[in-house]
Amino acid sequence: MRSRLATAALLAAAALGLAACGGSTSGAPTTSAPAGPTGTITVFAAASLTESFTEIGQQFEAANPGTKVVFSFGPSSGLATQITEKAPADVFASASTKTMQTVVDAGDAAGPSTFAVNTMIIATPAEPSEAVTSLQDLTNPDVKTAVCAADVPCGVAADALFEKNKLAVTPVTREVDVKAVLSKVQLGEVDAGIVYVTDVKGSGGAVNGIEIPADENVTTDYPIATLTGSANSVTAQAFVDFVLSAAGQKVLADAGFSAP
Amino acid sequence: MSRARGRATTAPPWPVAVPATLAVLFLALPLVGLLVRAPWGRLWEVLTSPTSLSALRLSLVTGAASTAIALVLGVPLAWWMARSAMRGRSFLRALVTVPLVLPPVVGGIALLLAFGRRGVVGQYLWDWFGVQLPFSTPGVVVAQVFVAMPFLIITVEGALRGLDGRLEEAASTLGAGRLQVFRQVTLPLVAPSLIAGTVLTFARALGEFGATITFAGNLEGVTQTLPLAVYTGLEGDPAEAVVLSLLLLAVSVLVLVALRDRWLRTGASA
Repeated sequence: MRSRLATAALLAAAALGLAACGGSTSGAPTTSAPAGPTGTITVFAAASLTESFTEIGQQFEAANPGTKVVFSFGPSSGLATQITEKAPADVFASASTKTMQTVVDAGDAAGPSTFAVNTMIIATPAEPSEAVTSLQDLTNPDVKTAVCAADVPCGVAADALFEKNKLAVTPVTREVDVKAVLSKVQLGEVDAGIVYVTDVKGSGGAVNGIEIPADENVTTDYPIATLTGSANSVTAQAFVDFVLSAAGQKVLADAGFSAP
Repeated sequence: MSRARGRATTAPPWPVAVPATLAVLFLALPLVGLLVRAPWGRLWEVLTSPTSLSALRLSLVTGAASTAIALVLGVPLAWWMARSAMRGRSFLRALVTVPLVLPPVVGGIALLLAFGRRGVVGQYLWDWFGVQLPFSTPGVVVAQVFVAMPFLIITVEGALRGLDGRLEEAASTLGAGRLQVFRQVTLPLVAPSLIAGTVLTFARALGEFGATITFAGNLEGVTQTLPLAVYTGLEGDPAEAVVLSLLLLAVSVLVLVALRDRWLRTGASA
């Protein structure tokens, strides 16, 4: 009995400790000196930014001692919903201007700026099972294609791509974000997937990329903005500036993004 | 159940009442939120949209199929686990329990690695028969059976073990064959648990999300069940997601009401 009580006390202490941690991450720095960026910020970023923003975050922390950047990567549209439902975030980087606009319209962000441009590519498994060499091959019913859901930016881009080239492609699955498409390709469950150029580059050779000629391709603008609900707007703005700076742009270019 | 309830007629002391009330609030408030924020004006429009209807139909069809398969495969396993005195029984029980505690996404990945086109078993299905379970409706059923069947096995096995074996022995000595004993003595005795297990299995299959989206993908009319439609809706039209959530909630409540009836009856007869 006594040991059980002790366990309960430990658990309660752990819960309190966690709660305290949670408190310190979101609140604090507003009262400190307004001089430079400090404290923790939470950045909501599109799934396709996973690698490049992780790198940018580390560089930002190194350049601004005392700061910590926490990321939540996911489908832009889902992140936008969380933000308009007042999720505690400081910066939003979206893979679609339309999604950013819904956040701006809700009054949760202001003055977004485009920081990167992405284009689409056909990803195929490292050991392809069906011959896929061009967009046209995706209309072949034997070629199993994965794309993003119609409401997710990478899905909007994929649909625009098919429409632009007047191709009737029937995907076997519409995944909820671009990384899910990529993993289905990587596992060889599909013969092709429409993903961003940066996803193939970031996969480190786990998938092949078949480039789409520029005149057939579509581009996606990536906007970034600080959020009006931010409890640490100084650091949030500093992070946005860092993404737009030469250092941030270099990381994005290395990841395969084009400059805005 | 009913006896225990009959005993506790006095008001509970506050160390019980306060946390208990908090627990009730914690469980009820999200549902209240769903009801309060639901776009009631758009209810009919969303419910009758092609996406919702095909998701509902797919959920009911795959849920029923999964439950049927779980019954056909699970009841014999439950009987075997309850009756045979084989050595690996506790290991087998642990194995059956794993899908219950495993995060469904992990189950989905495991299924992909086993039954996917490049999977341990799936590569032969693909090479020999051209069958690919992922991205097909049977794939949805596979995911649901994996996640839901343990509920049936555990429920029925528990009932079989609690059974008075002398009734079956008596039937045998009176000349009934093994199959006849099973059908006319064993099965009726465990029927309430069997029904409860079946309803639980169906409810679990209906709510299956993680394993399904990981293993079977997400395509309207083929693999997009109600929970997947809810998640996809959240990306585009959150109001639609809320309405579909209400629909799932309504179905779950119906299932629970059915279950509660069965359990009350068991309590009364025991």
